[in-house]
Amino acid sequence: MGDLVSVEDLHVTFDTPTGEVAAVRGIDLTVAAGECVAIVGESGSGKSVTARTLVGLAGRDARIRAARLELAGTDVRAHRPRDWRQVRGRVAGLVLQDALVSLDPLRTVGAEIAEVLATHEIVRRSERAGRVGHLLDLVHVPEPQRRARQHPHQLSGGLRQRALIASALAGEPALLIADEPTTALDVTVQAQILALLAERRAAGLSLLLISHDLAVVAQIADRVLVMRDGRVVEQGPTERLLRAPEHPYTRQLLDAVPSASSRGRRLSATTGPARTALPARPEVRRGDTVLTATGLTKRYGDHTVVRDVGFTIGRGETLGLVGESGSGKSTVARIVAGLLEPDEGTVAFERTPWTSVAERTRRPLRRQLQVISQDPLGSFDPRWNVQRVIAENLDPDISRADRTDHVVELLHRVGLDRNLLGRHPRALSGGQRQRVAIARAIATRPSLIICDEPVSALDVSVQAQVLDLLADLRAADGTALLFISHDLGVVHHLADRVLVMADGAVVEQGPVGDVFTYPRHDYTRSLLAALPALVTTGRP
Amino acid sequence: MTVTLDGVPAGATFTSTTERAAAATRRRRLRIGLIAAGAYLTVLLVAVLWPAALAPGDPLAADPLNVLAAPDGSHWFGTDNLGRDVWTRVVHGAGHSITIAVAATAVAVTGGVLLGLLAGLSHRIADETLSRTLDALSAFPTLLLAMLFIAITGPGTVSLIIAIGLVTLPRHARVVRGLTQLVRRSGYVEQAVTFGLSRPRLVLRHILPNAIGPIPVLAVIGLGEAVLIAAGLSFLGMGPQPPSPEWGAMLSEGRNYLHIAWWITILPGLAVTATVVSLTVLGRHWQARLDGRHR
Amino acid sequence: MGRPPLRSVLRRVAAGVVVLWVAATTAYLALLAAPGDTVDTLIGDGVDTPQIRADIIAEWGLDRPAVVQYLDYLWRLVHGDLGRSYLLQRPVAEVIGEQLAPTLILSVAAATLGVLLALIIAVVTAGDRRPWLRRLSSGTELLLVSTPSFLIGLVLLSVLSFRFGLFPVAGGADLRALVLPTITLALPIAGLLAQVLRDGVDRALDEPFVLTARSRGLTERVVLARHALRHALLPAVTLAGWLFGTLLGGAVIIEQVFGRPGLGQVTLNAVTSKDMPVVLAVVTLSAAVYVVVNTAADLVSLVIDPRLRRS
Repeated sequence: MGDLVSVEDLHVTFDTPTGEVAAVRGIDLTVAAGECVAIVGESGSGKSVTARTLVGLAGRDARIRAARLELAGTDVRAHRPRDWRQVRGRVAGLVLQDALVSLDPLRTVGAEIAEVLATHEIVRRSERAGRVGHLLDLVHVPEPQRRARQHPHQLSGGLRQRALIASALAGEPALLIADEPTTALDVTVQAQILALLAERRAAGLSLLLISHDLAVVAQIADRVLVMRDGRVVEQGPTERLLRAPEHPYTRQLLDAVPSASSRGRRLSATTGPARTALPARPEVRRGDTVLTATGLTKRYGDHTVVRDVGFTIGRGETLGLVGESGSGKSTVARIVAGLLEPDEGTVAFERTPWTSVAERTRRPLRRQLQVISQDPLGSFDPRWNVQRVIAENLDPDISRADRTDHVVELLHRVGLDRNLLGRHPRALSGGQRQRVAIARAIATRPSLIICDEPVSALDVSVQAQVLDLLADLRAADGTALLFISHDLGVVHHLADRVLVMADGAVVEQGPVGDVFTYPRHDYTRSLLAALPALVTTGRP
Repeated sequence: MTVTLDGVPAGATFTSTTERAAAATRRRRLRIGLIAAGAYLTVLLVAVLWPAALAPGDPLAADPLNVLAAPDGSHWFGTDNLGRDVWTRVVHGAGHSITIAVAATAVAVTGGVLLGLLAGLSHRIADETLSRTLDALSAFPTLLLAMLFIAITGPGTVSLIIAIGLVTLPRHARVVRGLTQLVRRSGYVEQAVTFGLSRPRLVLRHILPNAIGPIPVLAVIGLGEAVLIAAGLSFLGMGPQPPSPEWGAMLSEGRNYLHIAWWITILPGLAVTATVVSLTVLGRHWQARLDGRHR
Repeated sequence: MGRPPLRSVLRRVAAGVVVLWVAATTAYLALLAAPGDTVDTLIGDGVDTPQIRADIIAEWGLDRPAVVQYLDYLWRLVHGDLGRSYLLQRPVAEVIGEQLAPTLILSVAAATLGVLLALIIAVVTAGDRRPWLRRLSSGTELLLVSTPSFLIGLVLLSVLSFRFGLFPVAGGADLRALVLPTITLALPIAGLLAQVLRDGVDRALDEPFVLTARSRGLTERVVLARHALRHALLPAVTLAGWLFGTLLGGAVIIEQVFGRPGLGQVTLNAVTSKDMPVVLAVVTLSAAVYVVVNTAADLVSLVIDPRLRRS
């Protein structure tokens, strides 16, 4: 029996108003029956376009050329729309990221699944409801009959992703194409979805997994293709590729992943020699506290989002704050930033009361505490260029003549060139924007910077650069960081101590090594167990 | 995947060239529309400021020997029931119609911006009261509310201006209120709080400029609407009184001769339509550019 | 689709009542704010005798404290008592009641036609399958929305009635006389609604759930009808609520153009002769229609979009 997917020399180009853009430049790809193949790459690598081309959904402006393009032994290069409709859902099912928007929000999940059954006439009309329940049961959705009548927004992230997978499985396809199927999910839910995909594969389903995250695909893929700029730079069995990567780009990707083992070394080759040590951490003086929070509680109506949270941050210390979505970590960040009053509890910053005081009282100390958010673009006034954005936070006493020099110096410190001064942040890349935000934050030489998911929206190699930059700046200025993240690896890489939050409360805190190596609380243990780890031991 | 012909995968070049050509045509057509709108509005501006340049005659001069003459070389738009030249009346009427619309829009935008900012910046109770009142004002059909006002004050140009201004004010106010709140809750304003900016500074430096940025665009589109409402009210006899050459009033006078002289009514009407279309094209184009910049 | 919970329904109805109350109050305040004596304002161009003045003072309670006057006015309104026209010497409710039917028929007919036209146009022209048709229709829509409705009426009259004699020039007796006014009133509605619907369909077609739907092997027609159109309906329903709510205003002019009996004639007479009780009643009635229609639109949105049902 031949391969389920057989692609040779596939090219996909798009016509855009500014000219032709080549998204895929000649890749080969095969998926054997029962095999799980993963395509890994950063944004713009062409991995999603490849996936969509296989079901004829690359888009109207796409031009496709291939020496061979076969699905289940059929040449699909000459397929007309009618032929494609027989392929979609029946030969190959497609699962996208985030079922909240990938399932029709106005229809019940049962109706979405039944739609596939009706389109491909899988079962008779009278049996559809029963089959929907069966499919939901297959993907381990509890109470399938009740859930089938609910809308996507009424289900949790994990449940609706399962429902989305059920709808892709309804046409009994031999191949499931999953494009970032776990990306919007919390780490414990991600682990469950991966387990579900592995289970279906064990039952005979072929999988083509698209992801930006090597660690995720490493869990279930037999083979991995690494894509960059529309080409496959390396491919091979998962275990071999992770243990002994041959291509420099694969190695660079693996090096860029922050984790326990990356502590103290550079993640990115562009910020200094690769895999070399970072500058020593600033000396932490726990006795000299920068910030003390005690008994913080915040309620909205009868819903308590933060419950009795307390911690201290010493001078020069990096405190990691981890938790899944809805754990209350961002609310804590807003309280500490002095943007939200807690219902109970107090914060003292630099030994001065920081909560329950007038904004006027906080203002003199504001310059000592800066905030970097996940969305740098949203934190810039949309009318301003880079220079004005950064200059706004300069010391008002600096003379007009010197201000540009100061801004240039700050840009230099974050690794940006002065020719960006007049550019608008919208015209910058995600990494550059975050650097501008960092430059603005360090302009005041603050004693504490609150970083709220600062690298979550970035590609892994850009994330590596930004994390290296933060480590460098922290060492140079002795700045304390409150580093909020859902990514345990990032926190383990960067933080001195860690605070684990769940359901608004702190479940565990202590030095990073202790908490992550000997977790005492069940929740921390489940987080760590769910963490997809890269088995890269044995690598030099 | 692209179109396929005779089973040949449409990878070939024709798709790209046709689609690129289509995009270019789209852009060219857009530009042509914009140029046409701009040209018309320029002519209109001349008609408002210096009508004699386009039509040197007297809009009120009657010619009893030449009534209801169809459009020809000497009378481009024909003559009306009193033998007055319709082209001259349309050109001179622009001054009345456009002045009324501009003045009314000025009233609406000024009031709307002030009320909108007030609602958007104030705390919950004040905001709620203002917003509910604006909601309630929007519940009246604009034309009827304007008629209520004119019933109280009596017809005339000034009443018309104030009436149109007042009835279109709530919409502007609601837009500005929404924008203000959006900006107030935006990431950059929150960020500016962490820089230690005082509240007045915050409002002046970040909130105000960003909240009123789209106002000129709204004003241009609102101007078109004001022209329409003004024409409607004058048509019902609630604007400038005859024999003033105002577009709506001309339409109203001409309808009695519609069966024998369509030009008295339809041609001034087309002037109204062309004005509103041009303003809308201009406003939409501007809006699209703003949106593009902010994306 | 499921049934929206009672609480969200009640909340929308309550909001409507508040708007109605503020609207009635505004109309009342407009009367008081009018320059000159309120009694003079209420009489307008009607006969002015001491007897009538006394009647007005008694009916509007002008000799009592302002709060009592206002509460009394609301009380009468709640009971459907719209006051008395001193010019026509008749109860306002009677004057309006006689002329309500033709206007309502015209409005409902125009609303129905407008929605049908808009749906057809949007479905045929959405997406990028027929670019030339799309351009044609968006150009026509712009033209329709930018043209005073009475001009549309006059053009139709000039061509279809005067030139070809297809429809009567004036009057409201038979069904044939309803055709042109209905089309005139419906065209701008159709133009505006079609724009919003098509924008909505286009936006929905770019959403990930449409990609998912296509990946199931659905035809484009099913994707459009089952998925995209429902999303496009949401903004269209809100707009339709507003459009239908203000139809009464448009009907006033159109009835003039076509010489139809109805509220239009009543309103226009009342405004020109300053018959304030009638003007106030028409304005308040139109606000009530607006509130009812918009509350209905809100409830329809609740049925379409289950996400709105969350409290």
